[in-house]
Amino acid sequence: MLRRLFPDPLALGLAQASLVALLALGVAIVARRRRIRATWGVAVALARGLVQICAVGSVLLLMLRGPRWLAVVALVGMVGAAAVTTARRARGVPGALRISAQAISSGAGGILAVMVAAGVVDATVTSLVPVGSMLIASAMNAVGLALDRFRSEVAAHARHVETALALGASPEAAVEPYVRAAFQASLIPAIDNLKSLGIVWIPGLMTGMVLTGTPPIQAAIYQFVVIAMIFSSSALTCLVATSLVRVNAFSRAEQLVLRGEARAG
Amino acid sequence: MTGNGAGARGAGPILRAERLCREVAGRRLVDDVSFPVDAGEVLAVVGPSGAGKSSLLRLLDRLDEPTGGTVYLHGVDYRALPPRELRRRVGMVMQSAALFPGTVAGNVRFGPRQRGVELPDDQVAGILRQVGLPGFSARPVEQLSGGEAQRVSIARALANEPDVLLLDEPTSALDEGSKLGIEQLVTAVARERSLTCVIVTHDMAQAARIASRALVMEAARMRRMGPVPEVLRAEAAVS
Repeated sequence: MLRRLFPDPLALGLAQASLVALLALGVAIVARRRRIRATWGVAVALARGLVQICAVGSVLLLMLRGPRWLAVVALVGMVGAAAVTTARRARGVPGALRISAQAISSGAGGILAVMVAAGVVDATVTSLVPVGSMLIASAMNAVGLALDRFRSEVAAHARHVETALALGASPEAAVEPYVRAAFQASLIPAIDNLKSLGIVWIPGLMTGMVLTGTPPIQAAIYQFVVIAMIFSSSALTCLVATSLVRVNAFSRAEQLVLRGEARAG
Repeated sequence: MTGNGAGARGAGPILRAERLCREVAGRRLVDDVSFPVDAGEVLAVVGPSGAGKSSLLRLLDRLDEPTGGTVYLHGVDYRALPPRELRRRVGMVMQSAALFPGTVAGNVRFGPRQRGVELPDDQVAGILRQVGLPGFSARPVEQLSGGEAQRVSIARALANEPDVLLLDEPTSALDEGSKLGIEQLVTAVARERSLTCVIVTHDMAQAARIASRALVMEAARMRRMGPVPEVLRAEAAVS
């Protein structure tokens, strides 16, 4: 019905967006009758979401007309923003910002570079930016989890870490079990995503491809490629992050500095 | 490898703290503390809670960095030694045993393994006999009592054959029977191995039972040091 009313693709898109926004508002109004007051919040979130995603679309449109290096600038900006977000979450971990930036750029950037070199991802702005953003976002979540888990593991086992140091262990050996725990914990969401792919959820990319006429098998394979890429990027990011953080947790004189409170006794 | 440098290197201070300070966030934890530890002696560091005893011990093992002063081991500034080598030569037993998951033997082997030495079974058994735990090699650490766990932590430190053994209130979490057992063990080990020991305790009576000299800490500073009977008399006179 909408297609007949709005033959122009842009107008059709706006009409579709308005319809789903009305649906969401309708649900919020129904909820209000049960004294769940979320109408205003939902309205603001919907408007903000639409503006943000349209802004991203406009930026992509501008980039499409610009040189290819603009994609690199955009990806570097995303890595910076992701590193700042992660460092905030990992407050208390020495050098969290630097660790996050290095880990995300080498993890997400490394995998993206390999994929571009192998021809899996096109070296075009329209491919690099969206695929790169997915890799950076998942790497950001994984490194945040890894640093947070490492900090809490070391804090909980500080006595064991210092006992190991007092017995002549290297800092790397002293925190090795906690690095392993942090690495494993940070990959749980990515592994679960891979395991449940197609059974619990059909990702948006595949859905979109099928809706726009791509044969389902082809869409499925491409979706698997993307999910596997995300997993590899997260895993590589966490490997780099945990390697860096286990060094940063100690001073040059091999003293545990991750726990910095004053002691008395 | 010979551990007890005490005998080999002759008399005199094996360990010497010189104007040691540690300040964290504007708070002095250790303030200008200097003292020698003679080879083969057992020195007790006593004082009330919060006096800086444990902080001082951590500085001696360089688990924390002094903000002033330093420590000399056999006359060498310990900042010139690689930290792992220093910590092998100056062993430390913490307040709680903090055993690693696994078996008793695995814990005893931990220190030597860090430098690529795998202790043979008979050597592990020998160390465990010395700490009063014969036949405990294969025992999982979860099955140990508090006193047994602390004995394993002492055995684990001894396996590194240290020149000096630092003990941070090793009996504070133990019942009376286990406490006396650990005291006897420390005394026996120090005597048999001619091992230099520095033990932190808040219990003057324990210091009198174990140590030859005592160092009294109060509000981060050293108040007094001397033979235990003299220190006891002086402390009694003050109180």
